[in-house]
Amino acid sequence: MNKTIALPYPEQAADSSLGKTAGLTLIGFGLLGLLVAAFGSGVIDPVLTGLGGITALTIGGLIYIWQRRTELSEAHQNNGAWTESATSRGAIAWVVGIVLTGFYILLYWFPDSLQGLTRAMEPLSQWLRNRPADQWFLYGTFYTLAVLVMGVHALLKYRNNRYHIIRTLSVMFFQLGFAFLLPALLLYLNQPEFYFSYFWPLKYDYLFPGTVSYLVQNGQALGVFMIFWGAVLSFLATPVLTYFYGKRWYCSWVCGCGGLAETAGDPYRHLSDKRRVAWRWEVAIIYPILGFIIITTLLLWINSWSEGRLLGELSGGFSSTYGFFIGAIFSGVIGVGFYPIMGNRVWCRFGCPMAAYLGLLQKHFSRFRITTNGGQCISCGNCSTYCEMGIDVRGYAQQGQPIIRASCVGCGICAHVCPRGVLKLENGPREGRYAASPLIKREDLNLLS
Amino acid sequence: MQQDRHLVIIGNGIAGITLAQHVRRHSSMRITIISAESAVHFSRTALMYVYMGHMRLQDITPYEDWYWREHNLELVHDYVEQIDFGQKLLHLRQGQPLKYDTLVLATGSVPAFFNWPGQQLKGVQGLNSLQDLELMQQQTQGINRAVVVGGGLIGIEMAEMLQSRGIAVTMLVREKLNWQNILPWEEALLVSRHLQAHGIELLLEDELEEILQDEQGNARAVRTIKGKEIACQFVGIATGVLPNVAFLQNSVLELDRGILVNEYFETSIADVYAIGDCAQFRNPTPPAPAVEQLWYTGRQHGETLASTLLGTRTAYDRGPWFNSAKFMDIEYQTYGYVPNQLPPELDSLYWQHKSGRKAIRLVYERNTQKLTGLNLLGVRYRHDLCHHWLRQGYTLKEALAELPAANFDPEFFRKFEHEIMAQYQQRFPDQPLPEKQQQNNWWNLRSKFKLATGSKKH
Repeated sequence: MNKTIALPYPEQAADSSLGKTAGLTLIGFGLLGLLVAAFGSGVIDPVLTGLGGITALTIGGLIYIWQRRTELSEAHQNNGAWTESATSRGAIAWVVGIVLTGFYILLYWFPDSLQGLTRAMEPLSQWLRNRPADQWFLYGTFYTLAVLVMGVHALLKYRNNRYHIIRTLSVMFFQLGFAFLLPALLLYLNQPEFYFSYFWPLKYDYLFPGTVSYLVQNGQALGVFMIFWGAVLSFLATPVLTYFYGKRWYCSWVCGCGGLAETAGDPYRHLSDKRRVAWRWEVAIIYPILGFIIITTLLLWINSWSEGRLLGELSGGFSSTYGFFIGAIFSGVIGVGFYPIMGNRVWCRFGCPMAAYLGLLQKHFSRFRITTNGGQCISCGNCSTYCEMGIDVRGYAQQGQPIIRASCVGCGICAHVCPRGVLKLENGPREGRYAASPLIKREDLNLLS
Repeated sequence: MQQDRHLVIIGNGIAGITLAQHVRRHSSMRITIISAESAVHFSRTALMYVYMGHMRLQDITPYEDWYWREHNLELVHDYVEQIDFGQKLLHLRQGQPLKYDTLVLATGSVPAFFNWPGQQLKGVQGLNSLQDLELMQQQTQGINRAVVVGGGLIGIEMAEMLQSRGIAVTMLVREKLNWQNILPWEEALLVSRHLQAHGIELLLEDELEEILQDEQGNARAVRTIKGKEIACQFVGIATGVLPNVAFLQNSVLELDRGILVNEYFETSIADVYAIGDCAQFRNPTPPAPAVEQLWYTGRQHGETLASTLLGTRTAYDRGPWFNSAKFMDIEYQTYGYVPNQLPPELDSLYWQHKSGRKAIRLVYERNTQKLTGLNLLGVRYRHDLCHHWLRQGYTLKEALAELPAANFDPEFFRKFEHEIMAQYQQRFPDQPLPEKQQQNNWWNLRSKFKLATGSKKH
């Protein structure tokens, strides 16, 4: 055996502060441009400042992200997550949270106040959709950009893991293609706006009688296809895909809400509440919401068939109440606005009816589980800490048990941050699905009840 | 064991806590756990992640406060000054004396210092306890150069921690390469190169002579036995750990390096047991060491002693060795017997990826081709299956037939088992491996060999 060794002198890490400064400078100009577009549109044409600002923000953001992520080795990507102000509920986190929340409040209740920014989108909207920009187009553009730019962030952060690279590319693709370009194209072709990547019960109104008749009347054959597509995805594809792959096929590969959470929300994943009391709130809120949607949908159909005689305005009131409280306040304001405070999956965990539906399927009719590798767990807690759904993954792993939980979106980050490679997402036979490793004796003292 | 006895456990590490949990599962006896270090159980192995900001202290405590309350496990945060074995009485620093019927010592380890001149200086410390972590947080504020003494697991962890704060690190390694007293040459070389690629300077085949001080009594440099002087403001001591038994030094309990126990963890005094890092087996079976200082062995000690305390006197059987670690971003797993230098009767198949970040080694007996152990770097294998191979005395060829099922890497990862198989084929051309067998997938093997227990929902 070779007993002498010439080891190369350690390479010095390249100084990346220049690149970061350049990136931050561009981000600063970008924000300034957006600010001027929002409030100075009477003085300066907002198209220049607004679109210019977005461009500067995007490029600056990408430069900064590139420098920041590549200067850290793969194992150090979570350095400072719990000590830096922006990601540990510090001052920066509150500023970001308030700005995001404020934006959602303006968007939902005071859209006129966003006129400057909306006007800035005019050329883009005309080009993509052949119609004037509105606040929802502005929102969609911001949303998609957030998924794409922060998608690059996630790609670099998890660059040594092919599962996360492919998964991240998938959510970027579905947001850009299915939730942004395709609906715009439909409008361009004077067809009804439709999101092929959202289904009932998340997009609850897609199976409401009003939407169905609207699509049939305005979309003709395409409209019928859209209804067919939505129904098939909700009632056939969802159970089948969830049976084979777990709810992850949707929540962390396709869904736009999940897509934003996995990209823009990724730096906040550790903020999710892991306490047992949080789990109790979760089951107490999310299943009633699913029930509420099912009842509302049924009521609306009963009402539609009886031509309003049976229930009158009751069902309509049901659905508009839901739209306000759940659609606007929960999914937008709390779901995204509170990212820096409560973590990136608050909506998915406590509010999303699709997640509830998928969760029931995953728990009871699926081949998916996260396997624990024998007796290798060291109870360090990285898995639980970085679980965006607040699952105490460690509670299972340290007992050698597989993790089979309705809420698990299968993002796979627990398996990635585990320093001993103890966790693996896999699909296997349902027989013995709950069986655990014989290499740990279990004490079976309950953690959830 | 009678339900009215009082079980007192000194130490709330993995050994003591595992014991308490397993006893509680089958018994309602009074259980008290005493620790001077921490009010509640935490994961010692996770201290480094708190330092690097990946987690907070509350994140490395595996159980919420209600857990102890609901399961009636009494926690005492105090220091045991003295044990009166005759009266079965514990004298605490703050609280009232505590009477026990059964006593379990699970006091863990302390860092080993070897009387170097200057080892008491400010800025010199080991990393083992919560207090060590707090001290390290303070002592590394605003510094830019550190030396870590020892190239093993804790040493590499300390180097990684320091480096995460932008502190330049030099490691002083007694062996020719990092952890070469444990790892075979190729693995040790892979790890050492990886550390260097991450900017950690290695000073190989050199040892600490003394630590030099400045006017304020802080460490300012170390001098090595080869006479090299390295300026630094912090010296991490990672030259192993010793059983934490100093407080028992003047007692009647029989000690050597640790508390002497038999295979039932019984000490020289009736109703007194010792488990985990602080225990030393009187008659270990080679190659098992007399003192086992791992998270995993601590847990296994706790599981075994629980059976005894619950009425079934059970001898400790560690089973095939296993361990795991992480060197920066390269995971390491080992199963079975893989010595750092293969004796003539052993040989191995070794594959290494050209990136220098993945490796697989299968060690076997030359004569019988019996598999003795595996080393894995940057590749994950299934513990349950490797354990099965070693327990059942698989030959190399038998194990290779099931090798693809052992891979535990995430979905979409590239697999390299065929590389090892090709090596086998090259070395033993007259013993062809069976064609790829569909029934050898993991799920089939798992049910065939019963590598899973219970199917109860949790």
